[in-house]
Amino acid sequence: MKVEEYQERKVTLDGWDVNLTSYRLEAEWHCKADNVSPGAALCRTTGATREEAEAKALKRAAELLERTRRHAV
Amino acid sequence: MAEYAHPEALISTEWVAGHATDPQVRVVEVDVDTKAYNEAHVPGAIAWAWTTQLCDTVRRDILSQQQFEGLMAASGVTPETTLVIYGDNNNWFAAWAFWQAKIYGHNDVRLMNGGRKKWLSEGRDVSQEASHPAATQYQAHAADLSLRAFLPHVQDASAHRSSALVDVRSPQEFTGEILAPPGLPETCQRGGHIPGARSIPWGKACNDDGTFKSADELGGLYGKEGIDGSKPVIAYCRIGERSSHTWFVLKYLLGFDNVTNYDGSWTEWGNLVGANVEKGAAA
Repeated sequence: MKVEEYQERKVTLDGWDVNLTSYRLEAEWHCKADNVSPGAALCRTTGATREEAEAKALKRAAELLERTRRHAV
Repeated sequence: MAEYAHPEALISTEWVAGHATDPQVRVVEVDVDTKAYNEAHVPGAIAWAWTTQLCDTVRRDILSQQQFEGLMAASGVTPETTLVIYGDNNNWFAAWAFWQAKIYGHNDVRLMNGGRKKWLSEGRDVSQEASHPAATQYQAHAADLSLRAFLPHVQDASAHRSSALVDVRSPQEFTGEILAPPGLPETCQRGGHIPGARSIPWGKACNDDGTFKSADELGGLYGKEGIDGSKPVIAYCRIGERSSHTWFVLKYLLGFDNVTNYDGSWTEWGNLVGANVEKGAAA
């Protein structure tokens, strides 16, 4: 078994840069969302297509990121 | 171009592809996301969960010597085994495992350069079958605490500037704008950084493909912040895994003699009653 059609792209969610990594393992698409900085993993999803796996990851990542509080410095 | 100080501490994906199932080699995946191994991993690799297998699950601590010996034995590792560790997030927790292996004196331990990301992106073979190596007997060395910084040491370093402090978290964590990586629970009462620390985020040591930057680039990155090995260095982050990555860079790639990882990190300092905290950019 091999990872196929590996792709990374960056998006901005709620003001945060997010890295989306997606690829296919046999018939299933996988997607992982993580912060570009510092690189913490946010979620991992699967789908029948790349778009479906990415959409699930984006939805979950947005839910997590909107909880992040910005403090006055 | 300068060479890494200890190039033997890194191993390429190509080498692992040819040697992952050698009897003297044990490949171990250690991920931030502990579900990643089940999805796909290097054929023949085993997994260690940082949340349960690389820490004391009762008190906050790294593995005891006995626990480390138990993990090695259950993993089919002997003191002569070439231990190859890799993981996600450019080897965050792989570096954490490497650090503990060195604390307990395992001689031949290496990081797979580029980690899980590089392996997957290269389209190499992967497996979903867990490996179950035969158990061994393992005798570790007593803990080498010269690799680890504890709170009193860090307090002294901050108060007297006796060691260089490197904060490897994101710039927003350093300034105090956020208390944890975006999307993760806040685990401290106060934001900011240890007085005197320099901000050098861990990820600056990596290329886009997850591999480490060249020795020259790394020397420049840390050197411009005054981190040149001329005095002891203490690296810290939030819980100690990102700083173990930087510890690896400073000790094994740049060859600094005196580098420690403060695994108490910001979750300890940022919760201390009465601790001095600096906010904003580095002075």
